[in-house]
Parts: sequence; C-alpha cells; structure tokens
Amino acid sequence: MFFGLELSGLQMYWWLIVSLLGGLLVFMFFVQGGQTLIDSLSKNELEKSMLVNSLGRKWELGFTTLVMFGGACFAAFPLFYSTSFGGAYWAWLAILFCFILQAVSYEYRKKEGNVYGSKTYEIFLKINGFLGVFLIGIALSSFYSGSHFSLNEHNFVQWQSPFRGLELLLNPYNYLLALALVFLSRVLGASYFMNNILDEELKLRASKAVLVNALPFLLFFVAFLGWIFTKDAFFMAENNEIVMKPFGYFLSFISCYGLFAVLFLVGLVFVVLGLWLNIFIKARCGVWNLGIGVVLVVFALLASLGVQNAFYPSLSELQSSLSIKNASSSYYTLSVMAYVSLLVPFVLAYIFYVWRAMDRVKITKEEIANDHHTY
Amino acid sequence: MAELSSVDWSRAQFALTALYHFIFVPLTLGLSFILAIMETIYVKTSDEKWKKITQFWMALFAINFAIGVATGIIMEFEFGTNWANYSWFVGDIFGAPLAVEGIMAFFLEATFFAVMFFGWNKVSKGFHLLSTWCVAIGSNLSAFWILVANGWMQYPVGMAFNPDTARNEMQNFFEVALSPVAIAKFLHTIGSGFVIAALFVMGVSAWFLLKKRFISEAKKSLVVGASFGFVCSIFLFFSGDESAYRVTQTQPMKLAAMEGIYKGEHRAGLVPFGILNPNKTLGDNENVFLFGLEIPYALSILGNRDPNSFVPGIEDLVYGNSEKGVVPMQERIDNGKLALNALKNYQLAKENNDTKAMSEHRSILEKNFKDFGYGYFDDAKELVPPVALTFYSFHLMVALGSLFFLLFIVVLYLSMANNIEKFRKILWVCVFFVPLGFVAAEAGWIVAEVGRQPWAIQDLMPVGVAATNLGAVNVQISFWLFAVLFTALLVAELKIMLTYIKKGF
Repeated sequence: MFFGLELSGLQMYWWLIVSLLGGLLVFMFFVQGGQTLIDSLSKNELEKSMLVNSLGRKWELGFTTLVMFGGACFAAFPLFYSTSFGGAYWAWLAILFCFILQAVSYEYRKKEGNVYGSKTYEIFLKINGFLGVFLIGIALSSFYSGSHFSLNEHNFVQWQSPFRGLELLLNPYNYLLALALVFLSRVLGASYFMNNILDEELKLRASKAVLVNALPFLLFFVAFLGWIFTKDAFFMAENNEIVMKPFGYFLSFISCYGLFAVLFLVGLVFVVLGLWLNIFIKARCGVWNLGIGVVLVVFALLASLGVQNAFYPSLSELQSSLSIKNASSSYYTLSVMAYVSLLVPFVLAYIFYVWRAMDRVKITKEEIANDHHTY
Repeated sequence: MAELSSVDWSRAQFALTALYHFIFVPLTLGLSFILAIMETIYVKTSDEKWKKITQFWMALFAINFAIGVATGIIMEFEFGTNWANYSWFVGDIFGAPLAVEGIMAFFLEATFFAVMFFGWNKVSKGFHLLSTWCVAIGSNLSAFWILVANGWMQYPVGMAFNPDTARNEMQNFFEVALSPVAIAKFLHTIGSGFVIAALFVMGVSAWFLLKKRFISEAKKSLVVGASFGFVCSIFLFFSGDESAYRVTQTQPMKLAAMEGIYKGEHRAGLVPFGILNPNKTLGDNENVFLFGLEIPYALSILGNRDPNSFVPGIEDLVYGNSEKGVVPMQERIDNGKLALNALKNYQLAKENNDTKAMSEHRSILEKNFKDFGYGYFDDAKELVPPVALTFYSFHLMVALGSLFFLLFIVVLYLSMANNIEKFRKILWVCVFFVPLGFVAAEAGWIVAEVGRQPWAIQDLMPVGVAATNLGAVNVQISFWLFAVLFTALLVAELKIMLTYIKKGF
C-alpha cells in the first residue's frame, strides 16, 4: 500500500499530519487573537472596520483548518474522536458554540436589519477570540494532564466525571497552555494586522500590542514547557502497556536523534525573529516568521507527544489511555487516507497563491470607506 | 407524555441541527451555480448589468453561506459528542469521507469564497470567474462526500467486522465512495438544492416585477432561474426515481412506510394522494387508508422496474413471507443475538488464549453478522419506523416537486414570450413558492432519516446503541441551547435577507 509503509509507519505518518494540522490551526488563531484586539487597536469606527475586514477575509481558512483537524482525527484516530468528543461533551460543545458565533458575526455585523446590532456581533467575535482559544488550549492540555474515562469491551467510552469535560478547568496546570495560546493568538493577530493593513498609526499600535502580549505568552509558555518536561509521562512500553515514566515527555522530545528538539529550536528562532521584526523594526514580514515558527514549535511538541506516549491519557484506568497504536484506523483506511493526503500540498499551494493575489493590494482606509461590500 | 430518554434527546438534537443546516445548504448548492452562470454571461458579454445582477445574488449567497457553515461544523462534531459509540463502531469507514471532504472540497470553497467576494478589484476578471466556479464546485463536492457518508449509513458496503477491535473496518474505498445508494442520494439532494435556488431567484425576481422595480434585472434573473429550475426539475425527477428504486432494493421497510403498504402485493399500485387511517395497527384488519387514489402497477415499476413484481409490506417484513422469501424479523433478532453472543464469547476466548474457541465463535459471528444490529431488540414491532410521518413527508415532497416543475414551465414560457409581468397571479405564485421549496427539501430529509429508524446504520447498529452514554439532562440542556441559538440566528438571517432584497440590485 502507501509506499510500502507498515501499520506502525502509517500510524506515525498520520500522527505527523495531525500534528502539522495542529500547528497550522494554532497559526490560524491569529484571526481569533485579532478579534480580541479590535477595540483596543482602533480609535474610530473606520479603523474598527478596517480591522474586522482584514480578519474577515481570512476567518474561513481558520474555520476550515479546525474542521479539517476534526475530520483527520475522525478518519485516522476514531477512538480518540469517539472518546474525547463523546466523553468531554461539555468542553467540546462549549468550543463549538464559540465557533458558531464566529461564523455569522463577520457577515452580519454591519448588515442592515441584523436584529441584534453590530455590538452584539462584536461581542460574539470576542467570545470566539478569548473563550474559543482558551477552551481549545484546555482541551489540548488534557493530552498531557489526562482525563477521567475508561473504555468497555466494545471500546465505548465511560466518562467518569459528571461535568463531562468541564472538570478539566479544575486542573490549574491546564491553564498554562490555555493562557499561552490566548496571548499567542493576540501576538499573531497584531502581527497580522501589521502585515495586512496599510496604515502607519495602526501599525505602531499593533507593534505595541505584539510586545504587550508577547511577554505573558512567553511566561505561560515557558511555565507550560517546565510542567510537561518535568512531569511523569503516560509512556507506551514495548508491549504497548501504558506505564508512568518520570520525565517521559522530555525524553520523547529529545528522542529520534533530537529531530523534534531541533525543529522546536528552529521554530523558536523564527518566533523570536518574528517578535524582533514586529517590535523593534516594525517590519510587515514579522507575521510570516512568527507563522513558520509557531507551526514548527507546535508540530514538534505534538509529534513528540505521540511517538512514545499515550496522547490521550486516562486517569481512571491507565490501560484505557489512547496511543497512536490503539486509537488508529485500520491499515487499509490509513493507507487510502494517506493517498488522499497527497492532495495537501496542492491545497496549500492554491491557498498560498490566493492569499498572495488578494493581499497584493493591502487594506487601506479609502478602500474600506468606499467599498459597499465590506463587513 | 413519557419522558424522553438521552437517546431521544440526542436524536432530537441531531434532527434539529440537520433540519436547520438544510435550510441554508440547498440554497448555497444551487445559488453557487446560478452565480457562476450569471458571471460567465457577464464575462462573455462585458455587460455591466450582468455584473450588478451577479453581485446582488452573491450578497444573498454570502448571508446564507455563513449560517450554513456554522450549522455544518456542529453536525461533524455531533457525531463524536452525541454518537460516540457509533463513531467508534464505524469511524474506520465513516471518518474517511468527512476528512476527504475537508481536504478536497471545504478548502476549495473557503479559499475562493474570499476572492469571489472581495476580489472584484483585486484580481483579473478571468481569475474571479474561476473563483466563482471553484466555490460552486467546492460546495457541491462537499455535498458529495457528506452524502457518501450518509449513503453508507443507509446501505453499509465495502467493509468487514473485526471482532478484535469490535468495529467495522473499510475493505474497499471505491465501493464506499461509489455506492449506488450514495450516488443516487447525492444526485437527488443536489438536484433539490438547484430547484430551491431556482425558486428563490424566481420568487425574488417576481417580487421586483410586482413592485415594478428593477424590471430589466429582475426579468433577466427570472429567465436564468426558470431555465435552471426547469432543467434541474427533470434531473430531480430521474434522480428521485433512482433513489426510490435503491430504497426498495436496500431498505424495503422504509419504502413500505413511504407508501403506507402493510400487506405486500404483486403489481403494486402507487398512492399519489391518501389519508392514512390513524387506527390502523400492525396485524389488524383495518383499512390502511381512509381515502386514497391509486395508480395501478406504478409502485412495482418504481421499486423493481417490473410491473408484475412483488413489493413487500410492513407486515411481510415483520412477520415474514416464506412464499416470497422474506425472513421474519424475529428470526433476524435471533440471528443478531447469536452474533452478539458470539462476539462476547470470542473476546472471552481471546483473553484465555483459546484459539479453537475463538475460531468457532468467530465463525458463528461471521455467519450471523448481517443481522448483528437486530440482536439489540426483543420485539419485532420496534423495527417499524413512524409510518405516518414518513408517508406524509414523502407525499408532500413529491407533490411539491411536481408543482415546481409546472411552475418552471409556465414561467419559462411566459418569460420567453416577454410578457411575464402581465401575469401578476403567476408572479405572486412565484413569491409564495419560495418557502415551499425549503419545505419540500426538509420533507425529503425526514423521509430519508425517519424512514430508516430505528437504525443508525442499517441492520447493524440501532440509534439506542449508537448514542453516547450521557445523562438525559446534558442533552436536554444542549438541545435547548442549540434551539435558541439557531432560531436567533435564523431570525437575524431572514431579516438581513429581506432588508437586502428590499433595497434591490
């Protein structure tokens, strides 16, 4: 089948794709971050419209990446999909509510007869920006902290908490990643505005927002790294049994000849370079450096998590924990889907082409003031 | 009234999401092609009026598209949140089309959507037109993969059950993707979307003509709408016929409910209009209909392509008909229980490393697997879907579809004669038919989904087993949250649409 890969190779291949999608999704959070900055960066209604329209031309890509992330998890790791979504019911529904609100807000905000007034849709965008990202951070953090569930003989999930996922909020460690993501999204959003809008004043304000949000981001992110690299991992032993292993996540991170660590460091360099370009040089290209860096960092962390550990650990019954081995689809399905995944470079290529074609002419005050077809 | 269980609330929640989703999606499917056609005319003729017309309909498309996207994502994730057991049992097969949809279709749609709306002054005319076509193709390709997934639930093919993992695993992707049931379902569904969009364009244009505003733009749009609707109605008729044929072959119980047949017969007639007897119950001698018109032979032709063929009724399917080779449900229930028991014993034998017992139980499981889902039932009567809802929905859909076809012919004829504005009653009919298009589409989905109850996956998994193990109160709360939110968004959408339409081209 797919270039002679065995089942374990395909499981790894799909975990790497899911990790890449995770990286792209976090980068696309610039839309959510931007939504939380709309009020603080704008001084008047026209500027606010410039910011909203700048994001409004990209929000669907982020939304689609989220759908794709869900679809890929369903197709490649259906046991994760059924266990996490069915189990942590309220956590996922809360995330979904945040994204429903986003989907209509851009289109309806400025339309006549929108019933609830533009302010309501702006609040929706803020809910999506803050709460949506925060909750996704909490859900992702449970990949390290674990959840209370077990699986029965049919592999059907039995969630042990009546709060159905909301109990994840009771673990203070989960806040580290969640808050890091919220501030990172704001950094990315501000950086995106610097690139996409042709307005010197806005650029200066956005540059300041990059600085103000980069500091807490770095603080929470370093704390998150400190937590995961020093905690016991839900390690997958040779016989596929899950055991607790001290410093297991750090050991996985430096495994594979240090490949993940190198990717992580390269990503980190790009992130720092992006911040430097945005904060000190006020350059427009900062977002691209940040983007590449974020994708690499998230990819390295997620990929190293799945290689040797249970990526969805159970605190109730250790052996119910999900790894890429026991949660994956069959060999046939992974192979077929692997062929389909060859379309991804084409998809990325046309997205890149369209993005460039549309952004060749940057957003200006004149365009937004005179165009009747704006958000 | 009995209290609804968690499963019933999950069904209600999924039905609510699907019904709301399908208010917006069909219009998107059809309108995207109408936009592409209009913009092609603009590019070919360079007539600025066509650009104005395209932009007007495009804005309405965008208002509708946003809420379609919002409800669409919920449906994808609800498979996990509310149907977790289902997601594991068939995720190996079902997840694939959803992922392919994301890669192949959704990105295409989302990426070029931005160009279509904001690219008028940023990209070339040709690239803009290409983008509009990409959105149309992307939207409909997206529908294809979703309907492949749905078609598979109605007629599971291309897979085998793996007792080691207790799930179904895909064996042949092409059998899944090109299943005749899925193809028929796809063609019929997009056909209905095209007709709805045609009715929408016609209705709005007719309103402008009635108000004597934007006469030229409205007449041009009316011709495009009526022509598109006429062609698509013919397509809808043939795809509907094919769908009914596939239902007869693969889901005879659904067909029996659609037609209200309790006792099967040769040379079965079709009842185009009838009122069901509410006192009729399974196995009694009451008449099925209080009143009914019948077209002789028509159902045998529709269902089997043979006027003399036998079409089984609900009672044949429940109690069996040995003469016609119809196995009684009780026998299938017994087979299902054997299969379930064999799976349990297989797993026990595996734990004890008893390979001989494993092989024996596996053989029993494989022999009875086609009836696996029946093992969860005790009473054959539980396997009958709600007949009245299925019957009336089906007949409403067919009746409305026929009326739409007639309307397209009349409007097209009068438009060609260039005197449509004189026929004000016809124009009013066009206006009032806009919501009826949506009613017909929703009725179609009720037939498809209610008619296959109690199955989540035909013959293999009932909805009661497919649902997530959740307390009813959880789903009750989420149901009402969704109901309030969707309704609030629908109100906003309708108000924005109407306001925009009032402003005109």
